Amino acid sequence: MGTDYASLKKGGFMRQKQRDNFSARLKVVGGNLTSEQLLAISSVAKKYGDGHVHLTSRQGVEIPFIKLGDIEAVKRELGEGGVSIGVCGPRVRTVTACQGADICPSGCIETHSLAEEISNRYFGRELPHKFKFGVTGCTNNCLKAEENDLGIKGGMTVELSPEDCIACGVCVKACGEGAISMADGGIKLDESKCNYCGRCVKACPNDACRGEPGYIVSFGGSFGNRIAKGETLTPPIRDRQTLFKIADAALDFFAAHASPGERLRPAIERAGWGVFKSSVEAALHE
Amino acid sequence: MNDYAIDDSVDITDVVCPVTFVKAKVAIDEMEDGQILSIRMNDGEPAQNVPRSIKDEGHRILRLKDNEDGTYSLIVQKRGD
Repeated sequence: MGTDYASLKKGGFMRQKQRDNFSARLKVVGGNLTSEQLLAISSVAKKYGDGHVHLTSRQGVEIPFIKLGDIEAVKRELGEGGVSIGVCGPRVRTVTACQGADICPSGCIETHSLAEEISNRYFGRELPHKFKFGVTGCTNNCLKAEENDLGIKGGMTVELSPEDCIACGVCVKACGEGAISMADGGIKLDESKCNYCGRCVKACPNDACRGEPGYIVSFGGSFGNRIAKGETLTPPIRDRQTLFKIADAALDFFAAHASPGERLRPAIERAGWGVFKSSVEAALHE
Repeated sequence: MNDYAIDDSVDITDVVCPVTFVKAKVAIDEMEDGQILSIRMNDGEPAQNVPRSIKDEGHRILRLKDNEDGTYSLIVQKRGD
């Protein structure tokens, strides 16, 4: 009986150019691993691989040089160490994330719990082609949200509280977009210039720039053979429930409209951005 | 408006990030609670970021004054732990 490479690949074991050797892709969510998981990975790489691991471009870990006959033992030993196998092929892939507001002073949203929630909900879902989610905590965009099929970037919707303003001028400089000005001893915000970065909120010494965290969502990014930046079609989303409604809508659209082997972007382009936007907006107003 | 009695001043226009913050922090550390420090910094990244770092240290920002020579002065009141 021949080896079923497709199901091995689906199950995270990628055929190498060296015959009967596989690179085991591990499940990592938001780039975090515990020290116990690292020990299990280290032990398996030493025992069944050639003693090294590869860090992928999307925060994954792969253990190369796993022999065909060892695959079941590798799965078992990793499982005992709390490590799951990842996926490849036409389905929802590793969900990436920066450290976010839990750790990073610039973070506007908690990225790790969101990446976990996305992964629990969608990871491995079968689709016409690969589908990538990425979560970044702020507009510094360390995680490069727009290169994903669905990117999420933390931001802040700013409201000024003039009675708390001490006219120190810090926010005017902190804003990189020139959206805040000082006139007659008071601050003014030009909302059309605001990019939701939240720098004014973080810099204001007197709580006069107030920010509501939100999710800036982009669709249709791809950084493979074709390079395209994801497009943002809605104002920042304020809560996770709504965020998941539009993510559901985007995945359903992809499942319904894409040809096999076609990414979200070309599927949107064939159907028309207007059609896609309508289905996202319909979910938004559900 | 907002003329404060400055107790001490430090010039961080001769250093770059992250030494800008370190130099300012050392100057604040040498002061007494409630005293006021003026920190002269370059326009651009220092003026954008140093105020927030000083705020995050728990000190009270009073004003970011444009010196109209390509520098700004951040007026800070020291707050102890």
